[in-house]
Amino acid sequence: MSMNVMEASGLGKRYGSIWALRECTLAVPAGYVTALVGPNGAGKSTLLNMAVGLTTPSAGGVTVLGGRPPGSAAALDGIAFVAQDTPLYKNLSAADLMHLTRNLTRGFDQPYAQTRLGELGIPLNRKAGRLSGGQQAQLALTLALARRPRLLVLDEPVAMLDPIARHDFMATVMTAMAADGVSVLLSSHVLAELERVAGYLILLARGQVRLAGRVEDLLATHRHANLEQLALAYLRETPVEVAK
Amino acid sequence: MTARTIPARPEQDARPRPVPWRRMAWVTWRQHRIALAGLATLLGALAVYLWFTGLQIHHAYAAAAACHPASSAACQNALITFDTTDGNTAETIATLLQVVPALIGAFIGAPVLARELETGTFRYAWTLAFGRWRWTLAKLTLLAVVAAAAAGLFSLLVSWYFQPFFADGSRIPLDPTLFDLRGSAFAAWTLTAFAIGGLAGMLIRRVVPAIAATLAVYAGLAIATALYLQQHYMAPLLTGKLNVPAAAWIVSQWWTRGGIRLSQSATNDVFQSVIEKIAPVVHSRAQKVQVFTADVPQYLYQHGYQQWTSYQPGSRFWPFQWIEGGWLLALSALLIAATVWLVRRRAA
Repeated sequence: MSMNVMEASGLGKRYGSIWALRECTLAVPAGYVTALVGPNGAGKSTLLNMAVGLTTPSAGGVTVLGGRPPGSAAALDGIAFVAQDTPLYKNLSAADLMHLTRNLTRGFDQPYAQTRLGELGIPLNRKAGRLSGGQQAQLALTLALARRPRLLVLDEPVAMLDPIARHDFMATVMTAMAADGVSVLLSSHVLAELERVAGYLILLARGQVRLAGRVEDLLATHRHANLEQLALAYLRETPVEVAK
Repeated sequence: MTARTIPARPEQDARPRPVPWRRMAWVTWRQHRIALAGLATLLGALAVYLWFTGLQIHHAYAAAAACHPASSAACQNALITFDTTDGNTAETIATLLQVVPALIGAFIGAPVLARELETGTFRYAWTLAFGRWRWTLAKLTLLAVVAAAAAGLFSLLVSWYFQPFFADGSRIPLDPTLFDLRGSAFAAWTLTAFAIGGLAGMLIRRVVPAIAATLAVYAGLAIATALYLQQHYMAPLLTGKLNVPAAAWIVSQWWTRGGIRLSQSATNDVFQSVIEKIAPVVHSRAQKVQVFTADVPQYLYQHGYQQWTSYQPGSRFWPFQWIEGGWLLALSALLIAATVWLVRRRAA
């Protein structure tokens, strides 16, 4: 429990003259589903992309899995990332994607992946581009979990899904979390789905951290009945976002 | 829900063994097999065409060359007919083949990174344990080697195809329109086109503009090389004799009088006045050629003029090939290294 899956100090990212994220100082503890919540353009994707090493910070620093630099071999080995809109190779079949992922990672759990895709009813020989949105999301998640990561990073994983696919997706995440103890860091601007799953909350608005802490503690301290009320109360304090 | 502790892992996890390089072989094949099939189809179709028309050309040349006696008018005519009819076909084909390396570079090299960046799949590929700079290096190197090897094999056939035109002396060994299609140059140009494509894809991040940029940059480089670079690979030889060796590639020619170089217009004036003096009336085209290439120069040599020619001898074909192949190989390595470097320290 001592390890933090992500630590940021003074972290910032600037695109041109606009700061997508600034002065971000955080410690995300292991063992939680951590929800990164905020309106569109709050800097959620920017933060996650820096955590997985796809983007380099303009200011400050970030480490993952107990002090490792993002993008380093050790960090890549322990983190599975499902980017926004699950960009899989659309012209590859589920079987090919499994084979590709197994080739480019270590310790890929092929039996798990095959079993899971079977349970989901995803045909192995169908191209990813011809699967439904929900199936694509599940395929991406299955490939990520089969890597047996210590940290699963999901960028807006359910934004494009219908309510049933949304529920199924989060159920898979929770099962993996319970079975393997994988920590999860996910971003979302949809609050409803997070209610039951998030144990740790980070609220971002206008590129800055507004609130961070264990959900239980936050609810107790701020006297809100649930996450949605809590988040809305904080986001309302920054009127620009409400207009969106 | 209970928070769970992460099980302790052995210390070596902090510095994991890299995923073996060979794992990229299947990945590269699976992702680019359609492009590679396209390459095989293009070169295969051209090879079949070159093989059949090449056989005809070789037969036609063999027939003309076997003509006896060789100095007879009929035999000379047979050779001239061969040079004009088959030579024209060959000229067209040579022009078409110049485009092949550019096509390979544009359609195989440019999409390697541009497609990943355009569709967002780099977020998947580059967060796998293999690591993104190794992924880029492995992919570009594998595809570059395959493309260059295919082009190298293909250019053997091209060399065979054009062989009669070198045998009959209608083409000099360093002929600029054919130089890049033979020897090591064709493979080297293909490699360079591919490397340009790879870098363009990384810089532009969209497939179609990257393809267009690759074609443009390649064309610029190839034309600049042919116009300004090739003739300076080695210092040209200089002769003051009228008879320049037959296989020489002439770089430049000028006239002097008493050691002083004449300008082009002055030379033209001198020629004009001499022609009016020694051959005021010209009856035929053949006579005109005779006057220009033999009579006037002879006259001028007798009157204190001298023609100077700087040229590259035909024996320099292979040195020139290795020089061109060498700098193109170095350039390609540099372009691929730059691409890998950009991927490694990319800031999205």
